[in-house]
Amino acid sequence: MVDVTSNGSIAAPTTVVARHQYVAFAVMLALLVAAPFFVYPIFLMDALCFALFACAFNLLVGYAGLLSFGHAMFLGSAGYLSAHAAKVWGFPPELAIVTGTATAALLGLITGALAIRRQGIYFAMTTLALAQMIYFFCLEAKFTGGEDGIQRVPRGTLLGLFDLRDDLTLYWVVLAIFLFGFLLIYRTIHSPFGQVLKAIRENEPRAVSLGYKAEQYKLIAFVLSAALAGLAGSTKAIVFQLASLTDVNWPMSGEVVLMTLLGGLGTVFGPVAGAFIVVALENYLAQLGAWVTIVQGIIFIVCVLTFRRGVIGELGRLLKKSL
Amino acid sequence: MFALLGIPPQALFGQLLIGLINGSFYALLSLGLAVIFGLLNIINFAHGALYMMGAFFAWFLLQYLGLSYWWALILAPIGVGVVGVILERLFLKQLYKLDHLYGLLLTFGMALVIEGLFRNKYGSSGLPYQMPSALSGGRNLGFMFLPNYRAWVVLVSVSVCLLTWYVIERTKLGSYLRAATENPGLVQAFGVNVPRMITITYGFGVALAAFAGVLAAPIYQVSPQMGSNLIIVVFAVVVIGGMGSIMGSILTGFALGVIEGLTKVFYPEASNTAIFVIMAIVLLIKPTGLFGRAH
Repeated sequence: MVDVTSNGSIAAPTTVVARHQYVAFAVMLALLVAAPFFVYPIFLMDALCFALFACAFNLLVGYAGLLSFGHAMFLGSAGYLSAHAAKVWGFPPELAIVTGTATAALLGLITGALAIRRQGIYFAMTTLALAQMIYFFCLEAKFTGGEDGIQRVPRGTLLGLFDLRDDLTLYWVVLAIFLFGFLLIYRTIHSPFGQVLKAIRENEPRAVSLGYKAEQYKLIAFVLSAALAGLAGSTKAIVFQLASLTDVNWPMSGEVVLMTLLGGLGTVFGPVAGAFIVVALENYLAQLGAWVTIVQGIIFIVCVLTFRRGVIGELGRLLKKSL
Repeated sequence: MFALLGIPPQALFGQLLIGLINGSFYALLSLGLAVIFGLLNIINFAHGALYMMGAFFAWFLLQYLGLSYWWALILAPIGVGVVGVILERLFLKQLYKLDHLYGLLLTFGMALVIEGLFRNKYGSSGLPYQMPSALSGGRNLGFMFLPNYRAWVVLVSVSVCLLTWYVIERTKLGSYLRAATENPGLVQAFGVNVPRMITITYGFGVALAAFAGVLAAPIYQVSPQMGSNLIIVVFAVVVIGGMGSIMGSILTGFALGVIEGLTKVFYPEASNTAIFVIMAIVLLIKPTGLFGRAH
């Protein structure tokens, strides 16, 4: 009994590839290329990692209609593996990131196969519970360093050519990784595969009756989303030279929902905007302690009650374009 | 037998009792979640925060008004129930026509705000709550030492759960509730004020959570984050049991508490994750949950 009327559905209506999306992409790219010359690069890299994380999450909720409340497990576990590979095994950064991403993909395959057996809110509760299990595992496992996490992870030299200790060099690498993930998601949702996902989201029994194996489609989307969340987590661990319990705990799962909801569920650019707004807000409110949580909660409430399209969704409505 | 397993009976029965107590909280919370979900189609993420509020309510009553535990047992559920009614009237009411997931997101936001406010005021460390003198101490049963308060918690939780089951499944009021869960439009057409019933149901569900909070206050410390860790386990309990049956929620809650307690004895490393592992197994074998219905 999922309501699929225009504003009752959790996701925006089907998007069509159009020229205005290329224009919007060009604007975003220009902003991101110019940004490090005006804004502190570490902040930008933080925001870009979260933007990729939110885009990966949005692939699942916005286009497959699956609200995961446990995406922190992919961000966090990939971060641990990436940090461990770089620090203990001495992997170069590119291999460390691949290791973390592969870990998240594998974890996504296992947890996804379990979670897609239920729909709707049960899916959300299941993913949350599975993520909590991973959290307890990370809390108790030896290699994660418990409360301390894995600290002083070497950034290393990318492909033996680029020294990543330089913040600006690292920024270009992070930007390239973000763009790779963003374009991969863009390509996925505008492919026949993406169309089938949307069909399943809108009416699963009908999609099944047309011969599509809904479970397989959902699982592939879940694994892809997990892997890209892992890519974000692995990169984040290299940037901050740290993997910690924060990234694998449940508030992180809530945070990515917040970013996507605020930016616009089921919009292409919404999660990016949402991530930048939330990361900026948190930096600004960092000294205020528990107020960060309260402000996040208020944003959730306001978004759900009055602002369900999100920032980019509303902008798209004003411009009469889907962004 | 115990000697064979190498486990002293004291430890076994002690953990079993702790398991039953945790099971009481799982049962009271998942029962409330199931009743609310049945009528409102909303999974109340704020349930943990309202459980915490119940414990704080008891602490306030003792600290500022000098009212004892026994008063708190009655007043805290009423107070938190009123808060629930206000939240339902102000916020949740606006969501009934939308996708269920928005209810989850909204109540998650409410949980963050409530927890943040309490953490702001009282910090993260717990506040102690005095055990009522009538229930302190304990008795020696020969094979184990039974603290009176813990026996009381299990006893009163079972009673409240069974009473709730009786009201919903065996009284006229409960039959209205069950009918409205099946088809609210039809029940409304028969002249029952369904919106008011929804409000009262939400108030009652969160009052159960607050009641659990008061029971927990003397055992655990009263702290702002006491609800958020519990609610995730309760979600797993709900996934395992399914929300189709009231008795199912109660039984699943107690059973999982006991299993968790036993894990602490036999394989302590897994005690935190035991319930989640059981959830994964149930999803593999019977995805609708033990007592769940197909949809």
